[in-house]
Amino acid sequence: MTGTEAIFYLMAAAAVGGGLGVVLLRNVVYAALSLILTLLAVAAFYILLATEFLALVQILIYAGAVAILLLFALMLTRAHDAPMAADGPQKPIAAVAGMALFGVLATAVAGTTWPRDAGQITRVPFETLGDALFRQWAVPFEVASLVLLVALVGAIVLARPEEGE
Amino acid sequence: MESVAQEVPLEHFLIVSGILFSLGVYGVLARRNAVLILMSVELMLNAVSINMVAFAVYTSPQFFVGIIFAVFVITIAAAEVGLALGIILRIYRNRATANVDEVDQLKW
Repeated sequence: MTGTEAIFYLMAAAAVGGGLGVVLLRNVVYAALSLILTLLAVAAFYILLATEFLALVQILIYAGAVAILLLFALMLTRAHDAPMAADGPQKPIAAVAGMALFGVLATAVAGTTWPRDAGQITRVPFETLGDALFRQWAVPFEVASLVLLVALVGAIVLARPEEGE
Repeated sequence: MESVAQEVPLEHFLIVSGILFSLGVYGVLARRNAVLILMSVELMLNAVSINMVAFAVYTSPQFFVGIIFAVFVITIAAAEVGLALGIILRIYRNRATANVDEVDQLKW
């Protein structure tokens, strides 16, 4: 087993372990912390896939901002007063649905012939990526920035206390 | 664009992403707390991003559409979490709960 493979399987174990923690842990703060573990492991996958830019964005936005926002949401909804989250009554159905979906996905992956020349992958340089993002994908980029603006203004309006409250 | 050696086959990335997506589906269906449901949605979004980036670098590196997609997924996820936090806070202020099954006024 080479070093890359060893790192991949280590990170895969971290990602799956963190994911299990997110959906199974009864302490909500521990669940949020295991989500951070998963997000960092996904950043490691991006580095293994030679997309360092995505790894940086993943760590900055996901593991930094999004995880902190989620922890804030837990704190502001007083999840710490009753930190033991009870799962809903449809837990067995959810387990069956998750297993069935994974079965379908695994069968599809195993049953498909993937290109065998994948001993080489191509590194896309930052410059090429930025060029494509601002030229070829300029319209989706602007739409995304509009969505961000609307979502954040909406979040402020929703979270602000009303008059007389 | 330079090539780099990659010993890990594409299938392994797809299997990990499949596991993460299934865990996310389980979490969305089984959890009651809205913030925990949101975290499970983040798991699913990450699984899809891994999938698309892996396909982009393994099968069509000259177009790298999957990488661009992952950038947009991360952007939209940030917007989504911000907005969802606002909505959850609003529900908590009105109903004193963050459990989705207790917010059932629209249920007949």
